[in-house]
Amino acid sequence: MMTDLTDLGIVELRDGFAAGDFSAREVATAFSTAVSAGKALNAWIVETPEHALAAADAADADRAAGTLKPLSGVPLGIKDLFCTKGVQTTAASHILGGFVPEYESTITAKLFAAGAGMLGKLNLDQFAMGSSNETSAYGNVLSPWQRAGSNAAMAPGGSSGGSSSAVAARMAPGATGTDTGGSIRQPAAFVGISGIKPTYGRCSRWGVVAFASSLDQAGPMARSVRDCAAFLEQMAGFDQRDSTSLDLPVPKWEVGLSGDLRGKRIGVPKEYRVDGMPAEIDALWEQGIAYLRDAGAEIVDVSLPHTKYALPTYYIIAPAEASSNLARYDGVRYGERELPDGANLQEMYAATRAAGFGPEVKRRILIGTYVLSAGYYDAYYTQAQKVRTLIARDFERAWATCDLLLTPTAPSAAFALGDKSDDPLAMYLNDVFTVPSSLAGLPAMSVPGGLDAAGLPLGLQIIGKPLDEQGVLNAGLAIEERAGFTARPGAWW
Amino acid sequence: MTDASPYTVKGATGDWEVVIGLEVHAQITSQAKLFSGASTAFGSEPNANVSLVDAAMPGMLPTLNAECVRQAVRTGMALGAHIHRRSQFDRKNYFYADLPQGYQISQLYHPIVGEGVLEIEPADAAPKHIGIERIHIEQDAGKLIHDQHPTQSYVDLNRSGVALMEIVSKPDMTSPEEAGAYVKKLRSILRYVGSCDGNMDQGSMRADVNVSVRRPGEGLGTRTETKNVNSVRFVMAAIEHEARRQVDLIEEGGTVVQETRLFDPDRGVTRSMRSKEDAHDYRYFPDPDLLPLELSEEFLAECKASLPELPDAKRARYVAAGVPVYNAAVITADVETARWFEALVEASPKSFEEIAKPASNWLISDLFGALNRLGRDIADSPVSPRQGGELLSLVADGTLSGSLAKQVFEIMLETGEDAGAIVEARGLKQTSDTGAIEAVVAGIMAANADKVADYRGGKDKLFGFFVGQTMKAMGGKANPGVVNDVLKTMLG
Repeated sequence: MMTDLTDLGIVELRDGFAAGDFSAREVATAFSTAVSAGKALNAWIVETPEHALAAADAADADRAAGTLKPLSGVPLGIKDLFCTKGVQTTAASHILGGFVPEYESTITAKLFAAGAGMLGKLNLDQFAMGSSNETSAYGNVLSPWQRAGSNAAMAPGGSSGGSSSAVAARMAPGATGTDTGGSIRQPAAFVGISGIKPTYGRCSRWGVVAFASSLDQAGPMARSVRDCAAFLEQMAGFDQRDSTSLDLPVPKWEVGLSGDLRGKRIGVPKEYRVDGMPAEIDALWEQGIAYLRDAGAEIVDVSLPHTKYALPTYYIIAPAEASSNLARYDGVRYGERELPDGANLQEMYAATRAAGFGPEVKRRILIGTYVLSAGYYDAYYTQAQKVRTLIARDFERAWATCDLLLTPTAPSAAFALGDKSDDPLAMYLNDVFTVPSSLAGLPAMSVPGGLDAAGLPLGLQIIGKPLDEQGVLNAGLAIEERAGFTARPGAWW
Repeated sequence: MTDASPYTVKGATGDWEVVIGLEVHAQITSQAKLFSGASTAFGSEPNANVSLVDAAMPGMLPTLNAECVRQAVRTGMALGAHIHRRSQFDRKNYFYADLPQGYQISQLYHPIVGEGVLEIEPADAAPKHIGIERIHIEQDAGKLIHDQHPTQSYVDLNRSGVALMEIVSKPDMTSPEEAGAYVKKLRSILRYVGSCDGNMDQGSMRADVNVSVRRPGEGLGTRTETKNVNSVRFVMAAIEHEARRQVDLIEEGGTVVQETRLFDPDRGVTRSMRSKEDAHDYRYFPDPDLLPLELSEEFLAECKASLPELPDAKRARYVAAGVPVYNAAVITADVETARWFEALVEASPKSFEEIAKPASNWLISDLFGALNRLGRDIADSPVSPRQGGELLSLVADGTLSGSLAKQVFEIMLETGEDAGAIVEARGLKQTSDTGAIEAVVAGIMAANADKVADYRGGKDKLFGFFVGQTMKAMGGKANPGVVNDVLKTMLG
């Protein structure tokens, strides 16, 4: 009985618990046991069963008292980019070694106030920089999925690779992710789960370790569209401590869910048909189009002419912001400090940052520093901001003829660990479909669309207008209802 | 005012002109910091006023303090400057232990305040308009403490994140006196507006001084920037030294290097801090944590409505009411003095026009003299404006003569008592009783018959003798006007 509980999603757990089918303690215990048993995947940096159990006991008491909260009885995984009071927060970097925040991020505070418990802090690409979870200072995360007939370790995607792996492996019914250029959607696609990056500003960034401030946006990762809707409702909301937070009420997305897309126009952007894209991805896309047409939507061809500039634009803006955001990790006030004998201040900075940051983080700091330098700023940063405006305008024009866009989430299925880790450019290309909507701040989600020939999951991406998370979720639901994606990885770990 | 000849530096090869621009950093008066709720109180224990944002903890975000924006806008309005409806915060990136974020949030590309003007009146020279280039808002840094440990430095973040206005002048000043007058006038306006307390000794106001020299009629020379000069006197001294240094350097065949310098107040010289070659590349870019700052018309109207009467307008009003120009200038130079003066005038039942002039004279000579002796500021004067007003009223209605008023004032300073009470208790009231005065005068005339005869014989100067004798005989309490009248009548 206990193992079955880990097969349940967020809404099933919430409703089953409310109905008295099981106790919250049983749920927390089942998932904590799965977490302990899943160490081979290396999805967690810190396990916090005591937190999950304490929340569960509070939930059980609340149920007895008739004061259930929206996520009572639901334990979650928290990406280790969210600062958690009293629980080590590392951003998967040595430079934050031993850092224990004295404050709770807005999002985790909201989730805990909604009754959720925390199973642990999830591994990620260092400072959320990566697409395969191979840049973590705490080691690679393994996907629970393997290619048919192979036991090669597969990438869970990144940067929210711990989150994707944990949810796919039934170690958590849901996990927080953050998405700067695809870091929720691409890992969700790689492991056959759902994840949504809401409109920029929906979720507070306060207390989330910053990568690229104008792009960073938190969101839920879970095994169904409904779970994502219920989860996102508890994450979103105005926060006056984040100046970029949207001062808007949080819609009732779960109640508003409907897979009936009659009257909706779905745009298919021709620029996303990139050279060398595997036939399987193309076939998946066609299948997705068929699903949405079947749900009543009208399919229209659209053009997003500046799409090809999105990746270079992103790889100027994101590192530029990161190079500045990461300046605070200097060894002066917290985290790692390297102080060689006789070192002066500059030497302490150099030693600390050389030892504390991993190679990918250093690469992006270097790129960002370069593009902001005197003499290069206009050619790179200013130009990138202009192109970013053009990319956003592409989307605005597309909304004249459609309500939502359908694309593949990633140009391929998951690759094996090590396949691309020596080639940063090949790795960056993984974000080609997710980056444009990040640059435009649009809501976008990935839902499982099917399996490739090797038995690995493939994801479809839906992109919506600003604030139209409901439309995105509904289209996701329409695909989910038709794709009947029930495949799951064998528990080899 | 005389039209003095322009300031020049005499070189071996001829005269040189000096071109000066000032960047004044003024701490904005505000309870909380620019982007956090931490206190700005001066003199707290190190690191007592540090929020998570000020310490740049991971994931912390700045939120703009609207009061600081309001004060910057009001300052801009007081300088007649253009207020930009839309401005933007930028990050200035550099590493230093007193800068927790690794960047200072400032406004490079789109400052909140644009061009304005400040009128200065240097001593012995005609008034002159000095252009204001811009005002922007930025964060202050923390402070390193080097004298607490033999090998380590300590960091105090109390000032980290405190709001500053950087007020940038155009290079319109041409002498140390003009620069001094500019800083004084700017300080005066800031204190009127209430946007900065102007306490230069506490670091609330400091100036970066840009100086270059040129031969008359030539284009601008290469400038140096002397950082963080923290008094009017030092600003003037730094300019004087720096101009001299540049002239000597050029005349010896050298070239001025564009560089940052420091002023050493002990030796009165500037020293090189860093040259352009090793200047930081600050990698300015718009702060993505903050949205562009948009000001509504309502907000601007509220700022405008809240502006006080400014020193120039106040001075003109005083002069129109009969206050001597010099008095008006002294009183309006500092807002505390002006405030005290107005409270003083208000405490008198007389109209502003009637009392303003004698009140200004009393304030400048009697009160300032006393404060000077006591080593006190007007803000902690032992006599209140209400008490001063009462004293002036007693003079105005003839109860006290000028000399009696001085006596009473001395007693007020000593005891803190009110003028009326002192007059009552000590019988210091002036008498205008003609009969009593006539009786005293008659006695004096009888005792000095020879002098009466001399006076009547044409020695007019003896009149003063009789006044003095009468006043002495009456213990200084006789009304001098009545004494005069009586003497004139009785002496014939």
